[in-house]
Amino acid sequence: MSDHEYVPKSKFGKWFNDRLPLLTLASHLTDYPTPKNLNYWWTFGGILSFCLIIQIVTGLTLAMHYIAHADLAFESVEHIMRDVNYGWLIRYVHANGASMFFLAVYIHIFRSLFYGSYKSPREIIWIIGIIIYLLMMAAAFMGYVLPWGQMSFWGATVITNLFSAIPLVGEGIVNWLWGGYSVDNPTLTRFFTLHYLIPFLILGLVVLHIWALHIPGNNNPVGIDVKKPSKDTVPFHPYIVIKDAFALLMFMIVFAFFVFYSPNILGHADNYIEANPMVTPAHIVPEWYLLPFYAILRSVPDKLMGVVAMLSAILILAALPWLDTSKIRSAVFRPLYKQFYWILLADVLILGYVGAMPAEGLYLLIARVATAYYFIHFLMILPILGFKEKTIPLPLSITEPVLGGFPNAAIVKRKESLD
Amino acid sequence: MSEKKPERREFLFTASYAVGAVGVGAVVWPLVDQMNPDASVKALASTEVDISSVQSGKTITVLWRGKPVFIKRRTPEEIAEARAVKMKDLKDPQKDEDRAKDPEWLVMVGVCTHLGCVPLNDKGDYNGWFCPCHGSHYDTSGRIRKGPAPSNMQVPKYEFVNSNTIKIG
Repeated sequence: MSDHEYVPKSKFGKWFNDRLPLLTLASHLTDYPTPKNLNYWWTFGGILSFCLIIQIVTGLTLAMHYIAHADLAFESVEHIMRDVNYGWLIRYVHANGASMFFLAVYIHIFRSLFYGSYKSPREIIWIIGIIIYLLMMAAAFMGYVLPWGQMSFWGATVITNLFSAIPLVGEGIVNWLWGGYSVDNPTLTRFFTLHYLIPFLILGLVVLHIWALHIPGNNNPVGIDVKKPSKDTVPFHPYIVIKDAFALLMFMIVFAFFVFYSPNILGHADNYIEANPMVTPAHIVPEWYLLPFYAILRSVPDKLMGVVAMLSAILILAALPWLDTSKIRSAVFRPLYKQFYWILLADVLILGYVGAMPAEGLYLLIARVATAYYFIHFLMILPILGFKEKTIPLPLSITEPVLGGFPNAAIVKRKESLD
Repeated sequence: MSEKKPERREFLFTASYAVGAVGVGAVVWPLVDQMNPDASVKALASTEVDISSVQSGKTITVLWRGKPVFIKRRTPEEIAEARAVKMKDLKDPQKDEDRAKDPEWLVMVGVCTHLGCVPLNDKGDYNGWFCPCHGSHYDTSGRIRKGPAPSNMQVPKYEFVNSNTIKIG
């Protein structure tokens, strides 16, 4: 933890802190040395904490009115929308909050990809992050089932049927997940239970994520180690707190725009039709944040292999710290990686787009090429790039680019020759 | 492993772990098994359907175990088409004779074997069914012909109680 010994000022504080060092923890958190060159892409950790709290608070209040029963769920959601005081507001914040949560987490992940934050010594932070991301997807999926509309029902049917691809035991597993022979009331009640549980698991993992972060400290846009505490760092409070708060305000403007001006634009009209096991909607699409993986699933013509490809696309991220062989963290100093980074981002956006389109003709072809490229990026380009790429020399400290041009190779050379 | 005889203490550790593992397993199993289909779900195992009003070429859909079941009264052309297909053209080879007890009546679970959507009647490239979710085409015998689904639509256990009634399950 903190390098310096903290002693509370008041007598009571000292008495308490000797028994439970919460004040030491608070002191560590406020004084936590942070690289002073962090840009706004680093504010999404705080934004994500905010999103989690918003989802938990709105979720708790919705649960006071929601009824998890196949015959009553749809009506109870309409009851929340029409009768419960401010129910419409709480539900719209919760539903759009899920989208905002994913928006922020994707920016957070792509920040990490650009600046190499997943690399040694931060592999565990990264892997915990991937587990949180997986849990977020599970929570979002189960939450989407709860209103028991047509998309809820058929989304649940399609996703749970993914498990039927497992040879021999698949069928048994699916019946076990359903608690029956189709998605029905037992499925709804267990999804509600798990949807309620997962945010608290995420909360616990967030604590571990931050704990693991506070061991090596933050990565930074230059991607070199900082000496802490030193002139390279500033205390978390007030410098980062105020920056995070400003970014959060900007984020809340976007959030509020969706909640108040287009609360249903990210959802599907079909979900305002009550679930009907006899009729499948003409076009089933998951929520926008799952579309790239849905595109990968559909691009493979074989059932089992499609499921394997989709899961691999997520799990491959956990191996990223070892697939990327380059020792240089920040893409700023990796001219080739920087280009491949933007291609990957475009590739994921394309996958998202074709995931929303029908799986046929040109869309299917594009989805297949984009799926192949996704895996090529992680399994071939990244491992080879670490050996082949000619990187730009790193500055000696994070202060140097600020004072002496950015990144000024000439100054670096001169400094090196002086050393 | 070393040649020396296991110590008394090692034996006790191993035995304790083994008993502990059995105990944990015995406690965990009820917690896992409670999620399996319960007695009330299993009790809804069969349903009887009156088919007297179904016209030739028409399909009715009934709910059995929460799933739609298609009952189609096939036209002679559709039967002929289903029977003319060569086995080598099929992804999941199965004779039409093995799928329909009475050639006029095709009874099958109306669930796409890909990811569980309900296929649409009289659609697709083979005049049978088409699944709108991921584009699987089925023929007039409900056999998979094209698309990601791995197998034919499942034929449930059923019997003709009399000429007007089918009992599914």
